[in-house]
Amino acid sequence: MLLEITNLHARVEEKEILKGLNLSIKPGEVHAIMGPNGAGKSTLSNVIAGREGYEVTDGSILFEGQDLLALDPEVRACAGIFLGFQYPVEIPGVSNMTLLKAAVNARRKHNGESEIAPNDFLTWVREQAKKVKIDPKMLSRGVNEGFSGGEKKRNEILQMLVLQPTLMILDETDSGLDIDALKIVSDGINALRGPARSTVLVTHYQRLLDYVQPDFVHVLARGRIVRSGGPELAKELEEKGYGWLEAA
Amino acid sequence: MAASPDAAAVQNIREVTEMVASRKLYSAGFITDIEADKVPPGLSEDVIRLISAKKEEPEWLLNFRLKAYRRWLTMTEPEWAHVSYEKVDYQSISYYSQPKSMKDGPKTLDEVDPKLLETYRKLGIPLREQEMLAGVQNVAVDVVFDSVSVGTTFKKKLLEAGVIFCPLSEAVKTHPELVKKYLGSVVPFADNFFAALNTAVFTEGSFVYIPKGTRCPMELSTYFRINERNTGQFERTLIIADEGSHVSYLEGCTAPQRDENQLHAAVVELVALDDAEIKYSTVQNWYPGDEDGRGGIYNFVTKRGDCRGPRSKISWTQVETGSAITWKYPSCILRGDDSVGEFYSVALTNHRQQADTGTKMIHIGKRTKSTIVSKGIAAGRGQQSYRGLVRMLESAEGARNHTQCDSLLIGDQCGAHTFPYTEVRNPSATLEHEATTSKISEDQMFYCRARGIGEEEAVSMIVNGFCKDVFKELPMEFAVEAQKLLAVSLEGAVG
Ligand SMILES: Nc1ncnc2c1ncn2[C@@H]1O[C@H](COP(=O)(O)OP(=O)(O)O)[C@@H](O)[C@H]1O
Ligand SMILES: [Mg+2]
Repeated sequence: MLLEITNLHARVEEKEILKGLNLSIKPGEVHAIMGPNGAGKSTLSNVIAGREGYEVTDGSILFEGQDLLALDPEVRACAGIFLGFQYPVEIPGVSNMTLLKAAVNARRKHNGESEIAPNDFLTWVREQAKKVKIDPKMLSRGVNEGFSGGEKKRNEILQMLVLQPTLMILDETDSGLDIDALKIVSDGINALRGPARSTVLVTHYQRLLDYVQPDFVHVLARGRIVRSGGPELAKELEEKGYGWLEAA
Repeated sequence: MAASPDAAAVQNIREVTEMVASRKLYSAGFITDIEADKVPPGLSEDVIRLISAKKEEPEWLLNFRLKAYRRWLTMTEPEWAHVSYEKVDYQSISYYSQPKSMKDGPKTLDEVDPKLLETYRKLGIPLREQEMLAGVQNVAVDVVFDSVSVGTTFKKKLLEAGVIFCPLSEAVKTHPELVKKYLGSVVPFADNFFAALNTAVFTEGSFVYIPKGTRCPMELSTYFRINERNTGQFERTLIIADEGSHVSYLEGCTAPQRDENQLHAAVVELVALDDAEIKYSTVQNWYPGDEDGRGGIYNFVTKRGDCRGPRSKISWTQVETGSAITWKYPSCILRGDDSVGEFYSVALTNHRQQADTGTKMIHIGKRTKSTIVSKGIAAGRGQQSYRGLVRMLESAEGARNHTQCDSLLIGDQCGAHTFPYTEVRNPSATLEHEATTSKISEDQMFYCRARGIGEEEAVSMIVNGFCKDVFKELPMEFAVEAQKLLAVSLEGAVG
């Protein structure tokens, strides 16, 4: 098992949001998590990535068999977890390249490797940028500084391609994208799909799932996974909404 | 430019890079173990006469010193700055110290005490000319150790271009007419308490003269270092850019770690004649004191540039990460019509450091233009103040100023303050002032950490981004050094 979440309870500002959530992900699988606004999807993503302020009160998360909750967020990232943010933040004056390089080298250091050679790094990043149609000029701009919504999301995918994580959690990466951008983003995700990597897609829309076919679809409501199924569940949700599940 | 790098140069550069990278806390804080010839503590006319005699100075210079000293006795230490510290006991300081082996002064670098060279090597200063010639840097260095210059590199090459770059005390002997004409012409001897003190007791510093129409063929640089216990350092720098000339000058400083506070009261005077340009950059990392504010350098400095000729330009760039107390306002007098003054500053205070720094732009000439970009960073219990004056005189028709003043707070025990003063006596003058205060947001920190970047590195990266507009004004090599310095200075600022 790549990721194993058992009976997870988490609170934000004294309010319990996750109430006994279970989820198991095997290597190579793509899981879609859907659910109404405020159900706790971003909370789950943040808890996995280790954000401060999200207090786990019960349960466990194992990543490749190790206790994830004991690790700092940067260690989790170095271990292969990637969170694509719903709202990527701007970091003025810090170029995309600087951030990427620091991230790549942090990972290498974690693995006991030496720093990447500048030329290799440049070649590698440019290659990945091409895949998500990011202009090399954008690489020297400040992280997300003045980027459009679509550019920010493509930039998240670029970082993911550069870092080659083992577990990708994409929190509403498809929201606010036009159809062309959605296609680019989906291609990026699919490019990384492979037997050793797993993906969690947090989304509201069937649309993304047309491009990135999930193995499993889950509905998160009331702090729990209330229903799981195959791709057909997403279609059902698209037709019926979440009401019938919430009432259940 | 340089020959192709040979093995020695590669080695040199690698060592320098490693040294800079491995600077933990204050790694420049080692003390060189050499005997020193030191004047006993205390300040009097006799001491000033002694300093002057040791330097074999002409009568006029001794009189200039004594005049300043007598005025200084009547002055009081300024208290308007937003800093608090235990007052200096001026009688407990030694006003002159020279390493013993330097008594007769070095003739060439080969005569310099190897221990001194080792000190500079440890500091990452590539002193040996041959190493530098072969390396990537093209910088002439004048190295000052306590009160004496131990050597200036690239003298010959500079001389061929007609550039004079030497210790001030040497210039007094070799170019007395230039020194006499310009010394004290920008910062008058009684300008302020610390400037008067400096004028009375200054011991070393650099002299630069760039002849008409000459572009200085390389960066000029001085490294100052305080080493002897209980000494003050009172260096004095004078740079004259004659008509249509251009020079870029960099000053770097370090001081060993000592418990007591040490005083550094420098004066820097710049003169730019018609169409001349002076770019003056400082990377200041004097010992900042320990985490509880014990020890550290008092950095009370007067720096002023005079854009004397039309279309002249003076640009100050400073990166101030060191010192316990900083009191410093590099300024421009924009006398010539269409002259330009710039001030780019990064000042960082961590732990118990306090800085009150900024600039004065005095617009006199028509269409004079000034730009101020100040980035203040406070961490720990650091206190950070920007103090700036923009004065547009009646004659300053069409003068313009733009001020951008940003503060960044790290943690909640530090403070940032801005004191902008403006005086406009010409209605056609325009001023723009923008100021921001921000904190590193939790969102930004988490974003970096979620990419695998540790807290300290994330803070340092975000701070560097904040300072980008200033760093891009620094010469390339020094911009890299400044970034690393900032990272070191921020250690312990988070968590
Ligand atoms: N940082 C926070 N501070 C306060 N409340 C929060 C915070 N993050 C999430 N919440 C609350 O937790 C609940 C779940 O939010 P979220 O996980 O963002 O849901 P979703 O992503 O499914 O829309 C909501 O009620 C939201 O208001
Ligand atoms: Mg959400």
